[in-house]
Amino acid sequence: MESINAKYVSQKISKTKWRPVSHSDLQLPEIFATGSWDNEDNRISIWSIGSNLSTSMEDGFEGDPQLICEHKHDGDVLDLQFLDQDRIVTASSTGAVTIFRHHQNSQTISVSQLWARAHRYPCDNAPCTGVVCSSPEIVTVGEDGRIVVFRADQEGVVRVIENADSSTIHAVTYLRTTEILTVNSIGQLKLWDFRQQSNSPSQILSLSGDRVPLHCVDRHPNQQHIVATGGQDGMLCVWDVRQGNTPFSLMEAHTAEMWEVHFHPTNPDHLFTCSEDGSLLHWETSSHSDMPSFLQGGRNSSMVSRSAMAPAGGKQPLISAWLSGDSSKGRLETTHMLPSQTLSVNSLDVLGPCLVCGTDGEAIFVNRQVPV
Amino acid sequence: VFLSSSFFKLQNIPAISDGKHMGFAWGPGDILVYETRYKAPCILSQKDEDIYSPILRKLFNESHHIFVGLQTIREDLPSKINAQLVRKNPHSVFYSDIHFITLFSCTILTLICFLLKVSILLAIELIWNLCEVLFIDAAPAGSLLLHLLDWVRLHKADVDERASEVLQSESPAEHRDYWNVVVSYVLQGRLEEVRQMLVKQANLQPAARSMYKQMDTLLSKMPFYNPGGTQTLTEFDVKWRHWHEEVDRCLQDNSFASNRHLELICKILLGDEDTLLDHKELLGTWYHFLVTRLLFCHPTVKPTELHYYAQSCMTMFLDSRSVPEPLDNILLAAFEFDIHQVIKECSIALNNWWFVAHLTDLLDHCKLLQSHNLHFGSNLREFLLLEYASGLFTHHSLWQLAVDYFDHCPEFGRVYLELQIERVPLETERKALKVLRICEQRQMSEQVRSICKIMAMRALRNNRLGSALSWSIRAKDAAFATLISERFLQDYCAKGTFSDLDLIDNLGPAMLLSDRLTFLGKYREFHKLYGEKRFREAAKLLLSLMTAKIAPQSFWMTLLTDALPLLEQKEVMFLSLQEEDVEVTKVELLRLALARNLAQAIVKEGTVET
Repeated sequence: MESINAKYVSQKISKTKWRPVSHSDLQLPEIFATGSWDNEDNRISIWSIGSNLSTSMEDGFEGDPQLICEHKHDGDVLDLQFLDQDRIVTASSTGAVTIFRHHQNSQTISVSQLWARAHRYPCDNAPCTGVVCSSPEIVTVGEDGRIVVFRADQEGVVRVIENADSSTIHAVTYLRTTEILTVNSIGQLKLWDFRQQSNSPSQILSLSGDRVPLHCVDRHPNQQHIVATGGQDGMLCVWDVRQGNTPFSLMEAHTAEMWEVHFHPTNPDHLFTCSEDGSLLHWETSSHSDMPSFLQGGRNSSMVSRSAMAPAGGKQPLISAWLSGDSSKGRLETTHMLPSQTLSVNSLDVLGPCLVCGTDGEAIFVNRQVPV
Repeated sequence: VFLSSSFFKLQNIPAISDGKHMGFAWGPGDILVYETRYKAPCILSQKDEDIYSPILRKLFNESHHIFVGLQTIREDLPSKINAQLVRKNPHSVFYSDIHFITLFSCTILTLICFLLKVSILLAIELIWNLCEVLFIDAAPAGSLLLHLLDWVRLHKADVDERASEVLQSESPAEHRDYWNVVVSYVLQGRLEEVRQMLVKQANLQPAARSMYKQMDTLLSKMPFYNPGGTQTLTEFDVKWRHWHEEVDRCLQDNSFASNRHLELICKILLGDEDTLLDHKELLGTWYHFLVTRLLFCHPTVKPTELHYYAQSCMTMFLDSRSVPEPLDNILLAAFEFDIHQVIKECSIALNNWWFVAHLTDLLDHCKLLQSHNLHFGSNLREFLLLEYASGLFTHHSLWQLAVDYFDHCPEFGRVYLELQIERVPLETERKALKVLRICEQRQMSEQVRSICKIMAMRALRNNRLGSALSWSIRAKDAAFATLISERFLQDYCAKGTFSDLDLIDNLGPAMLLSDRLTFLGKYREFHKLYGEKRFREAAKLLLSLMTAKIAPQSFWMTLLTDALPLLEQKEVMFLSLQEEDVEVTKVELLRLALARNLAQAIVKEGTVET
């Protein structure tokens, strides 16, 4: 494990996100945004990690991230996403959803659009807990159990699913362009199909056994039916949403709440999780998931047989390494990526070989040579 | 001792009666104000902005990280390694943050405050490094001076700045600051640099070359003690005396008489007090004077002798100012190896507990602190850490750091934490979850229950029954789960349908938390079975609901009403009861018949209580 330095930033970081890079350029990510929480004046900030040319540096780490610009944010930043290269959407603890625009020439940030009471109770504000976007559509969820759909550049709300959930919805992700998946504090995953007009989920999945609140969810980048979730007990679950009601694998990951789980966008054999217990884990499955199963011999055949996906007809489905249905760590390698004894790691993001994360110890860690 | 460790807000205080005065006492996070006849001398109280400055926030976070790391170091590691771990970081904390100054437009007052803060930080680092040198490294004679030299050089960085300015000029040897730089180097014992500078001067004055050569030789021959070498202290001392005599001879026979600068350097090399005192501006401080004097007069100074020299140097240096500043007192106490005095003076001078708390903790870990037992039973280290952490807890964001500090105060830490953690405002669920996790990890079950109850009540008020249930599950609060189930059942009675079916249908094992909740789950199941026309199972379930006595009395009417359609079909229903015990079956039949009768009677009488 390479040494990784902390940059202390005088604000507790609740969210970090890399600015997307265009794949054609083969550029390394350079800019990331952070949001703070628990401050009297919260801010969103944009940072740069400098030039991409320093591959000769030791430890993959060259100098501190430099602050480019920042803007005041009303309420805790509970979620943050890049809508496109210039715009950032945030979810606030006041229930507001805001679009900020980063003006690259003047290096300033301004508020581009604001929906002040996107999430609310009848006589109070309700924190907006998650936001996901696929430009220009923005979907938000909150503690009020509602799902709201916006369009950037449109004033009003496009669609609201009232009473989508009787408990808090903690996170949301796209499954397909018209389907989203939400997780809530009674341990349920709910699929919502926007093509349907009804206000009920098309499917509900949950663990049998204790209803542990789920805090984060992420979809496999290539295989849309595979989803990973993390919850209050720090267990990492991988689900196949086509296959019914129980998760495929359950792995003990952390000793406290898991706040975020991310598949690596281009190397989905790698998964990253971070938790309240102060650790950030890098999970790596060692398998050749892009080979059809009949070409896999020897060791891997046992993995195939345990998987419930028997081929029907001629076409061979791709079997993902994550659905081994076995929580033994023989095929799974886990590494801690941070020095021990940090306060809670609230957020992480990974793009290419670069990883950024933020903690309650008011520190940001950047690792530019993640082994993927 | 005057301490200010919490943010002072203006509040309306009811009027104090005539002739009386107002007294106050600081508490952990608050202040007690009382009426008194006693009038104390006026004390200035000030807003403690320290906690809020971004630079100091970085300091607090970094030092928290170091503190936690220090606590978990194993006992058997030698204390020197402990110190290394700590020493690695403070420079990063101090220098990177002080030099990273972004002075956007601000008033003069802000600027002064900022510079004051910076100067306090510099003073703190000075004290800290000296404490490391004297207490933790505990260097013996010989090495002691070398460490002190390093210490002085580290804190007098302006020499290098001036030197680079001189060297970058066109003709360094003719720069007006040239000799000042040379003399400053001599005073710091950096003789290599002196020699390099003098070469430039020598090149300009070829006539005086031999004199410069002589000086160069003298400078090159000055012995420095090598702790790792084979030479003993006594041998070094002998060698040094020889060199000292040689320099003295050079002075006596006027080798440098024609060049006042070189003669000055010669006198400094001899450690001549008057010459040194002539250069107060270059020395800057009495402790620089002390170290220089020791370097050129007593390089084998022993730690125990240090305070004699310190006291006399301070007196000689500060003749114009009669009262030493707090910093001077602190350093003097350090030279006297009086750790407790250092801590006491620092507590008085600095209005934030950060420094003394961490210093004391470090010294305690190196087993250098014979802890005073304070009269309420906890030792000095714990007392200071508690004060510091209590101050942190009043901050809206830094309270999380305080938790770790309380954890490492064995006697009172837990009590303090229990009292403070309940005061953290819980604006979002996420924050509540973090606070809960802190409480659960420390088995503070009362606080867990109370926090969950607050969050559950809030959820209930906003009609978030699922959230409320999730909080009561976390707290294993059966009473609250019962309350929530009652709400559901009331809703059902009022509307005729269930709300939040996604919750009730998926209760899982949580159903067992309270009887009422179990009833709710089962009753919903009954409805589902009935809806699917599985009447036999539905009837069986309804029966068990009635007999198990978990239904609330208010619900009996509803249950009976539900039973009505089934009773009409009782022939079909009871065929499935063949396997049951006959006696039990008779009792059940009786019960049902009675229920049916009662239902019919009520219907006939036409009085239904709503």
